[in-house]
Amino acid sequence: MSAEPLAAEAPQKTLLPRNDAYYRLKADMEDFLYAEADLLDERRFRDWLNLLADDITYFMPIRRNVKFGQHTERENTRQGAGISWFDEDKWTLTKRVDQILTGVHYAEEPLSRVTHMISNVQITRVTPDVNEPREVELRCRFLVYQNRIEYETYTFVGKRTDLIRKTADGWKIARREILLDQNVLLAKNLSTFF
Amino acid sequence: MAVKSRFDDVAKLVDTEQGFISREIFVDPDLYREELDKVFTRAWLFIGHESLIPNPGDFYTTRMGEESVILCRDKAGIVHAFLNSCRHRGMKVCRYEQGNTSIFTCPYHSWTYTTDGKLQGVPQYRSLYDGNLDRDANSLVSVAKLAIYKGTVWATWDRNAPEFLTYLGDAKIHLDQALDCRDGREGGSEVIGVHKWVFPSNWKFAAENFLGDTYHNPSHRSVDLIGIGPSAASGKKGRRDNELEHAQHVWISFPEGHGVHSAIQPENNEYVDSFLDQPVLEKYFRHCYEERKRRLGEQARLMPFVGTIFPNTSYHGRQPRGLCAWHPHSPTSTEGWRFFLVDADAPKEVKDYLRRYYMRYSGPAGMTEQDDMENWLYATSASVGTVARRYPFNYQQSLGAWTREHATLGGTVSVQVTEEIARGYYRRWKSYMGGGGWDELLGKDGVTQRAAE
Repeated sequence: MSAEPLAAEAPQKTLLPRNDAYYRLKADMEDFLYAEADLLDERRFRDWLNLLADDITYFMPIRRNVKFGQHTERENTRQGAGISWFDEDKWTLTKRVDQILTGVHYAEEPLSRVTHMISNVQITRVTPDVNEPREVELRCRFLVYQNRIEYETYTFVGKRTDLIRKTADGWKIARREILLDQNVLLAKNLSTFF
Repeated sequence: MAVKSRFDDVAKLVDTEQGFISREIFVDPDLYREELDKVFTRAWLFIGHESLIPNPGDFYTTRMGEESVILCRDKAGIVHAFLNSCRHRGMKVCRYEQGNTSIFTCPYHSWTYTTDGKLQGVPQYRSLYDGNLDRDANSLVSVAKLAIYKGTVWATWDRNAPEFLTYLGDAKIHLDQALDCRDGREGGSEVIGVHKWVFPSNWKFAAENFLGDTYHNPSHRSVDLIGIGPSAASGKKGRRDNELEHAQHVWISFPEGHGVHSAIQPENNEYVDSFLDQPVLEKYFRHCYEERKRRLGEQARLMPFVGTIFPNTSYHGRQPRGLCAWHPHSPTSTEGWRFFLVDADAPKEVKDYLRRYYMRYSGPAGMTEQDDMENWLYATSASVGTVARRYPFNYQQSLGAWTREHATLGGTVSVQVTEEIARGYYRRWKSYMGGGGWDELLGKDGVTQRAAE
């Protein structure tokens, strides 16, 4: 066998040093992510949009069943090519919020009850450095619970990679990649944000 | 043995003359089993697209009814479709979605099959099976007939089924509008991705939605208010550009059960501004429009909107463009597959814009179709009840308002929003459920001609 990576996911990157600065920044990031989750769960969608950088890319690939050894190459659909669940920008995300706020988007009217759980936060990259962070790339896990009307319940679980950018107006999300751990989507809709 | 439901006379559940259809056909488990047997083992089903399997050894795992099927191009380049189940103990021989292989190896006891479905390897054949096992008789179970039409692949389990184009009938020219290049050249499409998702609804709700149920427009009010079409950023509302604003819309029911909503441009057939958000696209689609007019002349006036090829294949002709297969899972659960199409030789910017538009419009993450799924789900769940089942659905819209005096369109043509297409679809569904012969299934027996004629 050739030296193909055994792991299905991308090869392990070098860990950032675990020091005080790292943990301070990690705590800041966790706070930011929890506050973001609150906005979504409290249905403050306009406020949530304000957390998104104007050049945000928001991407959720479709996950495919592929042969061993092909995961890196072929498991996930690619950003910028073909069809994914989401591959969009702030204009489209704003449209999604506008639609919910019409009050006649029946897939979200009445509104779903949604809870975002965020865990396993790890900072994977900081520029220029951890003491003076301008952009922070982090990985986390999510569990998004949605309950609709009476009996409809969906649980979306997966991994997220976010790029968080410091601006004069606070931290903003500049990139979000959402890996939902499903192949065939086991939900009738993806009418919530991740 | 034929599957038989507890209903003595299924035909009584579907009254297309008065316009009433029992809810039982959308919720009853018994009828559902009968439907799998009598509809899905006979009708031609859409199973994929050649662009998914361009090279020898390429395969794409697809479905027919509830069952997994391997669509495969063999070493010699011939396309096959097989039931994805080992002849020995039934294990799926392929659990990958798509790929290239020289052999399908069953994980269970390691029987292997070549890409043309033949049983090749049987471990310890000489000591355990020699003289008993006939390899040829134990190939993967092949579909009875397979057809490739303008890139799309179709199959049926019924060896007596007519050829695909006969089955398609006069719906062909309408489906063509979805499959042909935007500039009027024949075929030339490619699949750029597939959505797959499961929703708790009877599969016929989805099929019927695309038959030309224009009446459900109000359920998309939210997306129309905000505007997500290819000219939305330029200030146009709506979920798509109104390319057909000067056209005569037509709703056509075909005797084979298919139905389409198409449109006929006025005689001067002028391009309507669309794709205004991207000058490159606007220029490209204007060019395509003029080219198509030049190539097809008078015929170019026919423009596609939506349609369903009986029983479970739907298409969207332009904005967005694609094919759907509504795979039954249970009476109240369906797996939707949406194949997105572009012209294979379209410029990169065009393909990139279209895929973005398709994603925001279509499927479970699509701003338009999310509202469809909500409708189908609750229409299904609110029809399961004992009392609800006593009250049939109403299909009386535009009863009798149709004509056959239309030389080029085929079928029964309505020029107003109508449920005549749905009535035609269920009339044919009834023929399948009654075990009708192919003449009847193609609507050639005269039984289905309306008394009013």
